[in-house]
Amino acid sequence: MAIHDEKIALRCVNLHRYLGEGEGRVHVLRGVSFEARRGHVTAIVGPSGCGKSTLLYLLGLLDQPGEGSIWISDQLMSNSSDLDRTAARCEHIGFVFQFHFLMQEFSALDNVMMPMRKLGRLDEEEMAARARSLLEDVGLGDKTHRLATQLSGGEQQRVAVARALANQPAIILADEPTGNLDVTNSGLVFDLLTRLAKENGQAVVIVTHNPEIANRCDEIKPMRDGLFVS
Amino acid sequence: MLMSLAGIIFGIGFFIVTQAQTSGFEQFFIRTILGTNGAIRIEDKFQDTVFVMVAAGHDKNASKFEVAGDRSGRKYIEGVEDPVLLTEALRKFRNVAGVSTVLEGAVIADSSFKNDSAKVYGILLDDHLTVSDLASQILGGPASLEAFRTSAQGLIMGRVLADRLQVSVGDSLILQAGVERRRYRISALYETGVSDIDKVRIYMHLGEARSLLKKTSGASFLQVSLYDRNRAPQDAVQMEEVLRHGAKSWQEREQSWLSAFKALQISAALTVSTIILISGLGMFNTLAMLVIEKTKEIAILRSMGYTRSDISRIFLWLGAIVLVIGTIGGWALGAGVTYGVSKWPIHITGIFTANTFQVHWALMHYVVATISATVVVMTAAIIPARRAARLEPGDIIRGTAQ
Repeated sequence: MAIHDEKIALRCVNLHRYLGEGEGRVHVLRGVSFEARRGHVTAIVGPSGCGKSTLLYLLGLLDQPGEGSIWISDQLMSNSSDLDRTAARCEHIGFVFQFHFLMQEFSALDNVMMPMRKLGRLDEEEMAARARSLLEDVGLGDKTHRLATQLSGGEQQRVAVARALANQPAIILADEPTGNLDVTNSGLVFDLLTRLAKENGQAVVIVTHNPEIANRCDEIKPMRDGLFVS
Repeated sequence: MLMSLAGIIFGIGFFIVTQAQTSGFEQFFIRTILGTNGAIRIEDKFQDTVFVMVAAGHDKNASKFEVAGDRSGRKYIEGVEDPVLLTEALRKFRNVAGVSTVLEGAVIADSSFKNDSAKVYGILLDDHLTVSDLASQILGGPASLEAFRTSAQGLIMGRVLADRLQVSVGDSLILQAGVERRRYRISALYETGVSDIDKVRIYMHLGEARSLLKKTSGASFLQVSLYDRNRAPQDAVQMEEVLRHGAKSWQEREQSWLSAFKALQISAALTVSTIILISGLGMFNTLAMLVIEKTKEIAILRSMGYTRSDISRIFLWLGAIVLVIGTIGGWALGAGVTYGVSKWPIHITGIFTANTFQVHWALMHYVVATISATVVVMTAAIIPARRAARLEPGDIIRGTAQ
């Protein structure tokens, strides 16, 4: 079941995922199906342990499902090799995590350039120019050469958003992107993420506990016990 | 990581220094021994046994068989019967640089103060100068050598023996061989640095030695110098085959000392290599800790699209950087300390005499030290690198995010 609709950036069908071994084995995802549309922001909400993040990592090809299929654009990725999934992450997917996970030893500019270096489509100057432009977009144009340690928590998360957008991926996956920020910074980061994604026609999937954030998304998908509930 | 780097620098540096020293003393010993006793010594004619004579008469490969056979089973007639003929034959070997006829005999040297046993070496001076460093071993310089050349009754005496007899240049003394007693004058003193030689050996003109030792013909041995000293064992075998006289290369003559030097060299290399090994273990620990500390960063790089090989390469690069800096630092330290040690004043006597530490500058020491460090450092880097590459980004991020 390939993706024929060009508006759909990502689709998964009947995803199952088990975690743990032996008696501690848990059926975390129990047949989840889902589509993410370009220029559309979807919030996945639900109580802790319901499988939201597990689903997000499966969609981001960081993990492999026990059963089910995942398509990114026209490619079935759920059974592909580690190298193919890694290449697909580089080209098609941008991640924003609850913790910014910036490389502390590098500047904001270097952090944003890292995905571009791996993709290798731009030369050094073009990469630096794009990174500067993205940092301008997130309001950090004057702090491009600051080390990650010299930025505040909100600023670091904004750098992480810029980094997720660096390779112009079709899909942005965000796991509690505002979970570690105060109200002001939460709003700022969410607005940035959704505005830039919509401008570029990217599909955004956000896992959040924050009802205010969820309510501002185009669609809310509540989840419980490893399944979407209406 | 800095401690590991320092360990690699010290390990490589000390490896180079110890190898430079041990091989320096070895080379000095070889130079001394070659400059005194030559590269090959031809002595003692083979005695034809009934077995060999029969073999020679009926078997076309008899001579080959005899030379390749057990040398310890041979019988010899002492000395060289016809040194002139043998010298002519020896000069036809392409690698032979010089040949000197030597007549050796035991004497009692009697000065007006003391007497002591000694060995006279009857030589033809010009021939002997081509097979030894006697000219440079003379203490009084070229003038003393000329004094010996022009004096039929002249002697060149080892400095240690002269000290024992309390004589010096210009003094006379009596040499006694059997019942024959003759008076000679010391024209020059020499010092090889090898005390076993300097305390017994007296050089005199060959004709005078024949007269003193009552040996009107023949020689005790022929001393041979070579253009390529390393070919001495092969040349000695060929010379034995052709000349039917025993021929001993310097490597065979000095086997026990050379083996001792080799053992010392290997022992020093192994001892110092433990520094490199321990540094490698330190580096392994550091990199293994780094993998644990940087799991989040590894996960985020993997999420960006960096492959397992890319992650592995980061840690291998770290190892390579430490290796390159450590190697360059180690080379500099090794070369600096080697130079410093070579200028260090120290008086060594025994199997040779030296006034400074002897060092031998060889690229091979640097290459071997680098290879040892490369094997240790890269092995220490590969294991953490592979561990880092095996990390699953999903597991790491899930562990942090939930």
